[in-house]
Amino acid sequence: MAEVAEAVLRVVGVLAAFLVLPLVVGQTEHKVMAHMQGRLGPMYAGGFHGWAQLVADGVKFVQKEDVTPAAADRRVFRLAPGVALVPYLVAMVAIPLAPGVVGADLDAGLLFVLAASAVGVLGTLMAGWSSANKYALLGGLRTAAQLLSYELPIVLAASSVAMAAGTLSLTGIVRAWEPWWLVWQAPALFCFVVAGVAELARPPFDMPVADSEIVFGPYTEYTGLRFAFFLLSEYAGIVVLAALTAVLFLGGWRGPADDVLGWLWTLVKTGVVALLVIWVRVAWPRLREDQLQSLAWKALVPVTLFQLALTGVVVVMTA
Amino acid sequence: MSDERAHGATAHGATAHGGTGHSGTGHGHGRTSQGGALPGLLKGLAVTARTLVTPAHTAEYPDVQPSLPPRSRGVIALLEENCTVCMLCARECPDWCIYIDSHKETLPATTEGGRERQRNVLDRFDIDFSLCMYCGICIEVCPFDALHWSPEFEYAELDIRDLLHGRERLGQWMPTVPPPPAADPGAAEPKEVAAAGRPARPARAARPAGAAGAGGSTRSAGTAGPAGARPARPARPARPATDQPATDQPATDEPDPS
Repeated sequence: MAEVAEAVLRVVGVLAAFLVLPLVVGQTEHKVMAHMQGRLGPMYAGGFHGWAQLVADGVKFVQKEDVTPAAADRRVFRLAPGVALVPYLVAMVAIPLAPGVVGADLDAGLLFVLAASAVGVLGTLMAGWSSANKYALLGGLRTAAQLLSYELPIVLAASSVAMAAGTLSLTGIVRAWEPWWLVWQAPALFCFVVAGVAELARPPFDMPVADSEIVFGPYTEYTGLRFAFFLLSEYAGIVVLAALTAVLFLGGWRGPADDVLGWLWTLVKTGVVALLVIWVRVAWPRLREDQLQSLAWKALVPVTLFQLALTGVVVVMTA
Repeated sequence: MSDERAHGATAHGATAHGGTGHSGTGHGHGRTSQGGALPGLLKGLAVTARTLVTPAHTAEYPDVQPSLPPRSRGVIALLEENCTVCMLCARECPDWCIYIDSHKETLPATTEGGRERQRNVLDRFDIDFSLCMYCGICIEVCPFDALHWSPEFEYAELDIRDLLHGRERLGQWMPTVPPPPAADPGAAEPKEVAAAGRPARPARAARPAGAAGAGGSTRSAGTAGPAGARPARPARPARPATDQPATDQPATDEPDPS
């Protein structure tokens, strides 16, 4: 009975994090982006500086009509938002917040999280293919190209950390982490964040949804709640990427007084990475499609391969 | 500026690469380059960070009223007491958005045997703000300062026909008319102030000839030059009850030939 209660508690905790953190990141993006552009952002919803803006947006999306195009592949079209959103919930299960505070402490947690979050992109592909819209199709193809290019640097960078820690378990990686890894694994950290942002199709890598050329890419035909799911999955993706970066490269819960404040350190590091993702969106222009591919294959993949070699050499020499 | 630089650098690198396939140019774009793109990217981050910590200039209008400059052209206010129904404003209005109706009232004479006077009474003074283009000509042209600019601007309506505002509404805006701003330091004195500050004219002599000569001598003492040599003006003859033609006026200013 106690086991069941604990499992329920963990699931509820993960679900709560999944429902709250993306909205926090989204609201932060609203406000930070506004102030970076000399605006105020939402100021009314909820009273205090528009804190409930995303709740209000959600209510609005629920009220909108759920349109399925006549020519669309109906079942795939309707399933796609779920496929985009749920994998991030699944991925969150394995990310540790503090020692012992994790949805499920998997031995191959890193593999699990990377595999689950890669499925999320599949939802976008499904949307692009099933919409029966040439813009959606173009965006879907761009998403596919981007997924192929950037999944490799992500996996290589993550495997570098796994090699250094000697384990695939995320809690194990955090336990093995040492501050000097910040220097040692710096190229991998850089490539991981860049490739992660690219895989989320966030600016400056938002070619798949480039609204000035292909409307909104794979999401062109979506309305109402299904569209909101795609938006939510983008922010859930930021949370997963930021939390994973914090756990893999920034030492997760490690920090001063981490036996008490461990959860806070994880959240702070996750927040910093998420803030960086927002900041980059505001500051930089969009990369062209060929530039995207060049960056992945000519810069990120070689750097991560070099990092992998470096990690291997250091691990062998220190072991 | 920083964006342009980044664009330029990346575009150049990509085209060079596409044309020749040279591996060296591939480093010209992306964040990993050491060339022109990286300073541009850093500059972009710096600009946005600086803007982030700078307070926004947003005017939170419905919550915070804007501080409008003096002479703001918000709405036209009417001071009905000053209006003589001369119709100048309505005639000068470029798009004819002022509607004035009036009738004449006859006032009984105030003295025994005096003349009855006629007075214009304003019946209607409407301004159609859906037509008004806020040129201010009506205000400029009003000889009696019956029209004024008020800075009030919140009179939007849901129906365009409700923008025709009558004299009661125009009068309600009168208390919001700000006092005229002070003149610039060193500016010339306004004419009416200068006129009020001048010493009063000496009392005109009731009788012509000898008495008038005494009056003239005091005046010439005050003002030097040929003006002092002018003979004293005779007393103005009492006006007849009927209106005199205007050409009669200058004759009284001429020196009396007798």
